[in-house]
Amino acid sequence: MSGLHELLLLCVVLTNFWVLGTTRLSSTIRATAIQGALLAALPVTLHPGWSLHLVALAAGTFLVKAVVLPSFLFWAIREAAVRREIEPLIGFSASLALGAVAVALSFGIAQRIPLPEPGSTLLIPVALSTVMVGLLVLTTRNKALSQVVGYLVLENGIYVFGLSQAERVPFLVELGVLLDIFVGIFIMGIVVFHINRAFDSLDSTRLSELKD
Amino acid sequence: MVLLILILLPAAAAGAAYLVRPVRLRSVLLIGTALVHVVLAGSLWAGPVAPALRGWLAIDPLGLLVLSLVSILFLVIAVYAVGFLQAESPRGGRVFVSGLLAFLAAATLVAVSHHLALLWVGMETTTLALAPLVYHRHDRRSLEAVWKYLLLSSVGIALALLGTFFLAAAQRSGHPLLLEDLIAGSATLHPALLRTAFIFLLVGYGTKMGLAPLHAWKPDTYGEAPSLVAGLMAGGLTSCAFLGVARITEVTMAAGLAAFVQPLLLAFGLVSLVVAAAFMIGQSDLKRLLAYSSVEHMGLLVLGLGLGGAGPYGTVLHLVNNALTKGVVFLTVGNVVLATGSASAGLARGILRRLPVSGVVLLLGLFAVTGSPPFGLFLSEFTILNAAIAQGHPWVALIVVGLLAVIFVGMAAVVLDVVYAPAESPAPVVRENILLTAGPVALLLAVLLFGLYLPPPLHRVLFAAAQGLGVTAP
Repeated sequence: MSGLHELLLLCVVLTNFWVLGTTRLSSTIRATAIQGALLAALPVTLHPGWSLHLVALAAGTFLVKAVVLPSFLFWAIREAAVRREIEPLIGFSASLALGAVAVALSFGIAQRIPLPEPGSTLLIPVALSTVMVGLLVLTTRNKALSQVVGYLVLENGIYVFGLSQAERVPFLVELGVLLDIFVGIFIMGIVVFHINRAFDSLDSTRLSELKD
Repeated sequence: MVLLILILLPAAAAGAAYLVRPVRLRSVLLIGTALVHVVLAGSLWAGPVAPALRGWLAIDPLGLLVLSLVSILFLVIAVYAVGFLQAESPRGGRVFVSGLLAFLAAATLVAVSHHLALLWVGMETTTLALAPLVYHRHDRRSLEAVWKYLLLSSVGIALALLGTFFLAAAQRSGHPLLLEDLIAGSATLHPALLRTAFIFLLVGYGTKMGLAPLHAWKPDTYGEAPSLVAGLMAGGLTSCAFLGVARITEVTMAAGLAAFVQPLLLAFGLVSLVVAAAFMIGQSDLKRLLAYSSVEHMGLLVLGLGLGGAGPYGTVLHLVNNALTKGVVFLTVGNVVLATGSASAGLARGILRRLPVSGVVLLLGLFAVTGSPPFGLFLSEFTILNAAIAQGHPWVALIVVGLLAVIFVGMAAVVLDVVYAPAESPAPVVRENILLTAGPVALLLAVLLFGLYLPPPLHRVLFAAAQGLGVTAP
């Protein structure tokens, strides 16, 4: 099974680049849905032997990250009738390049983190680079919905990191984490919907009335 | 068992409040739950209770302090909320009340969690429970505020989750992420991973506390949220977030990393004070002003932790006084907003004539919140300054005194204007609703009492709470 989870982890990195490089919002949501499905498959391939804990974690993750949240975000862009991310703070090719830098950086950092039995040598670098890509999308995209996608990618990176500790964090807590993220993104989606109605735009740069 | 009830009762009440149609019944539910919660939390002062859920939920002096503060503040705010919803058209009445109750459940979970991942779950839930309340007015400005609040808090709290996982990775023995086992096995914690965990948790929960430079959401959110929600955040939510920072500080201190931890806390504290002072000068909106005052007090909390010596004792005392004082000032400003429609110094004027009770409370609240004697915050700020000098940081004490003076001038300029300046058009004296004034007056008396006399049981709990945070006997 060792080859399989490394393949999955590499695919997670590819979906990161997909999110970074595309202008169509529907396409970035599709990328996060696929990323969610990959994350759901990871725990069962990473840890040999089927335990109820791992299967339940995989099922919950699949349901929330690959099905419910993406469909909800699709609903949000359909309601708001937005299609593209226009003029991000950093251009698409530049952000792809930054993504590559993030991956290189993550491999460098991961070698210096002495994690006990991470399960796979790729796990930590992929987790860190996904966190960085999430932060990059969050800070450089203007559309409120792109920022939600960035937050989702950031949380996915932390989830991958958490997999290195999966057997040590109890299921109840994982469930709580998953639920919180779900509700968080749900509320963000509602707010995005209201922003669109109030401003006729999903552009979060329009949100600039409040200042000192 | 008590601990479980303390969490489940408000959670169930939150669900019920959403389903209940009649406004009166909802008010009874809100105040009733708050009352029972205060009584149950008060019963914990009588003696130790058995931990619940395999030790994940337990009560210790620090948790007891935060729990009691949140509980008392919530009761006051619940009473106020009933008056507030009468005055303001209750368009969000259902969501409003159930959001408040959900916050109480989540904040209780944070206060009694001894499992640090469970504490994270509670902390994230507090953020989410208050988000719809920030958006109570349903206009563009509050929309912008709630977006910034959600996004920045969520990113902060996500980093705290990463820090929590780093902490789990650092642990070699005992039950994962259980506070007692982390402290008992602190000698075997991996130092490099523990340091990384500390930084992520400090930044994560520091964002929720609103430490500068992570405070960007705070002025906008406090400025736009209804005053009672802002008061609940400034007194309750930030106390919970501080507890998160305090927990990881306990673990790192036990692991002997004081020399790594204390300078970081000190730096965050000083930067927060500088930023607060800089932005308070020339600020004309009362609620934004109070938001920066909150940044200031959060800075003082971590500053006290970073000093060591008697500093941590000053910090926990400051935690108590800050939470109560924030209740006083935000609720009173809420009365000003209800009467004049604005919290801006240009529009809200002559408050002492128009709202005799709130005017006096606001004036005294100004002195309380800026740490003037004889109010409680003076005592705790004095303790922290003393610790700075005793620990060999006289320059820190000097800078802090200077900044506190600037902050006093900045606040006084606006508050005195609002209280005394004659209103442009002579407005009638308003007969104030007792639901809206009783709470702030009661809290003000408590802050005054704690400045003059500290009840011995409170002193004992404060000292015990400071013990794990590196206090050395004065």
